Amino acid sequence: MAARAVEAQGIVKRFGSTVALDGVDLAVEEGTVTGLLGPNGAGKTTMVRVLATLLRPEEGTASVLGRDVVSQASDVRELIALTGQFAAIDELLTGRENLRMFGQLFRLDRREAARRADELLERFDLADAADRQARTYSGGMRRRLDLASSLLTRPRVLFLDEPTTGLDPRSRNQIWDITRELVREGTTLLLTTQYLEEADQLTDRIAVIDHGRLIAEGTGDELKDSVGGQMIFVRLANPWDRERAIEGLTRLGCGKPEPSELEREVTLPAPEDGIAMIERAAHALREAEIGVSDLGLRRPTLDDVFLTLTGAPATTDGAAPETGEIPATEPETAEARS
Amino acid sequence: MVAQLGWTLRDGYIVAGRNMRHFMRQPQLLLFSTIQPIMFVLLFSYVFGGAIGGSLPEGVSYKDFLLPGILIQSTAFRATQTAIGLSEDMKRGVIDRFRSMPMARSAVLAGRTLADLTRTIFVIALMVGVGYAIGFRFEEGPFEAIASILVVAAFGFALSWIFAYVGLIAKGPEAAQSAGFVAIFPLVFASSIFVPVDTMPSWLQSIADVSPVTATADAARALAIGGDVWDPLWQVFAWVGGILLVFVPLCVRKYRRLQ
Repeated sequence: MAARAVEAQGIVKRFGSTVALDGVDLAVEEGTVTGLLGPNGAGKTTMVRVLATLLRPEEGTASVLGRDVVSQASDVRELIALTGQFAAIDELLTGRENLRMFGQLFRLDRREAARRADELLERFDLADAADRQARTYSGGMRRRLDLASSLLTRPRVLFLDEPTTGLDPRSRNQIWDITRELVREGTTLLLTTQYLEEADQLTDRIAVIDHGRLIAEGTGDELKDSVGGQMIFVRLANPWDRERAIEGLTRLGCGKPEPSELEREVTLPAPEDGIAMIERAAHALREAEIGVSDLGLRRPTLDDVFLTLTGAPATTDGAAPETGEIPATEPETAEARS
Repeated sequence: MVAQLGWTLRDGYIVAGRNMRHFMRQPQLLLFSTIQPIMFVLLFSYVFGGAIGGSLPEGVSYKDFLLPGILIQSTAFRATQTAIGLSEDMKRGVIDRFRSMPMARSAVLAGRTLADLTRTIFVIALMVGVGYAIGFRFEEGPFEAIASILVVAAFGFALSWIFAYVGLIAKGPEAAQSAGFVAIFPLVFASSIFVPVDTMPSWLQSIADVSPVTATADAARALAIGGDVWDPLWQVFAWVGGILLVFVPLCVRKYRRLQ
C-alpha cells in the first residue's frame, strides 16, 4: 500500500505547562484536501509546524509520504512546502528577488529560478509589483507572494496555515482559486482554518480540532449527518415573538434552539423530515398568531456541527461570524499605492 | 559529503547575498556604520595621541600604533551586529520558510556571518584609507599589510559566530544588543588595542596578556609596523580555530531546535 501523504499518531506537544497538542491522530490521503478546523488556540498551527518539521513532537510519530518528520526531516523538507499564517517573505527584497532567492534555495539553478519566478509572478497577478520591495505590498499581495514562494518547485504536500485569515473577500477568492488549481494538478493539501465556510468549500475531508484534541473527522457531509436530521429555520416578523415561537416549536418535538445573534431568527433541529414538519410548524405558528417572514428546512451546516461538537459556537473568539462568512478586515489599500 | 559541503556553501552564499542587499537597502544604517569607524580613527588619534604617545616605544607614532588596534575595536563592535541581525531575522516569518526548506541547516547562520565578514573587510579598507590620509603607513610590505587585515577579519569572523549564538538565544534584538555590548566593552578595552599593556595595573595586565584581543592586536600590529609576528599569530590561529570549533556546531544545533 502506498504511504499516506500525512500520517500522525498520538502527537503530543507542550509549551511549558500548556498542552498544545494532546495526542492527535491524523491521516491525509495523497491527492486530497484535508481541512484542519478549529477555533483560535485549538492547536492547528502547532500541528502543521510539527508536520512541516519546524517543531519536534514530545510524543507520538508523524510521517509525510512515509518519511518520519523527526528522523528523516531533511527528506520531508524535499517534499513539502509551508505557507504560514504570517507571510514568510523577505520584506526588504522585491517580489521577484524573493522568488528567485527561494527558488535557488530550493535547488533550482539561477536561470531556472528566474524563469519560475517570472511565471509565478504572472500567474499570481504580481507582475506589476514584481520590482517593488515586499514591505510595500498589501495583505493579499503578501499572501499571494508567500504562496508563490511555496510553489517554486512542485511540492507533493502543501501545508497552508490559515491561508485567508485577515484577507478581504476578493483576495480570499484569489487564494481559493489558486488552491483549487493546485488540487487539480495533484498536490495534496492540508489547510487549517477557523472558517467553516472555507472548510466546506475547499476540502474533501475535515478534521475538527479543539483544545489540542481531534474531536471529529470525516467528509463535510458525514459530519453534517453526525448532527443528524434536518434543521427547521424560522425568520420572525417581530423579534419579541422569539420565545413564544421556540415554545411552540419545542411542543412539536423540536430540539434545543441554537443561539443566534439575530433575534428575528430561530433554528432548531427537527424531529422528522419533509413537508409534514413544515405543515405542522406553519400551523402551530399561525395558531399562536406569530408573524413569519420565512420558514424552511435545511441540512445542518458545519456551524451546527461545530456547535454540537465543541459545545460552543465557532464565534466564541469572535473570529468567525455565525454565518460562516469571512469578514473583510484588511482592505487592499496598498495595491493602489503603486 | 563533498556535495553536501557544496550545497552548504552555495546556500550560504545565497543567504549572504540577501543580507548584503539588506545592508544596501537601509541607507541610514549604512551611513552611520560607515561614519562611526572613521570618527573613531580621527578621535582616538587626535584626542589620545598626545597623552599616550609618550608611553610608546622609541620611534613609534601613536597613529601607527593605534590603527591596527582600532581596526579590531571596530570589527569587534560590529560583530555584535551579527547577534542583532540574526535576532531580527528570528522575529521575521522568513526564518520559518528557510527552516521548512531543503536547504543546508547552517546556511542561514553562514550567510549572516559571511555577509558581516564582507562588511567588515569593506569597513577595514575604509579605515585604512582614512589612516593613510592622516599619516599612517604599513611599513612591512604589501603581503604583510594584507595579512594584517586578514588577521583582523578572521578574528571578527570568529567573534561573529559567538554573537550568532547570542542572537539565537537572546529574547529579541534589544536583548541581543545589550548582551553584546556588555561582553565586548571590557574585552576590547582590557587589551593592547589602544595602549601598551605594560601601562596597566598588574592585575589587569595579567588579564590583557591572555586576551585574544591582545593577541590579534599584537599580530596585526607586528604585520603592519614590525615586531614579533609568530608568537601572537599562532595564538590568534588557536583562538579563531577554537571559537569556530565550539560555536559553529553550537549555533547549528540551536538553530535546528528553535521553537
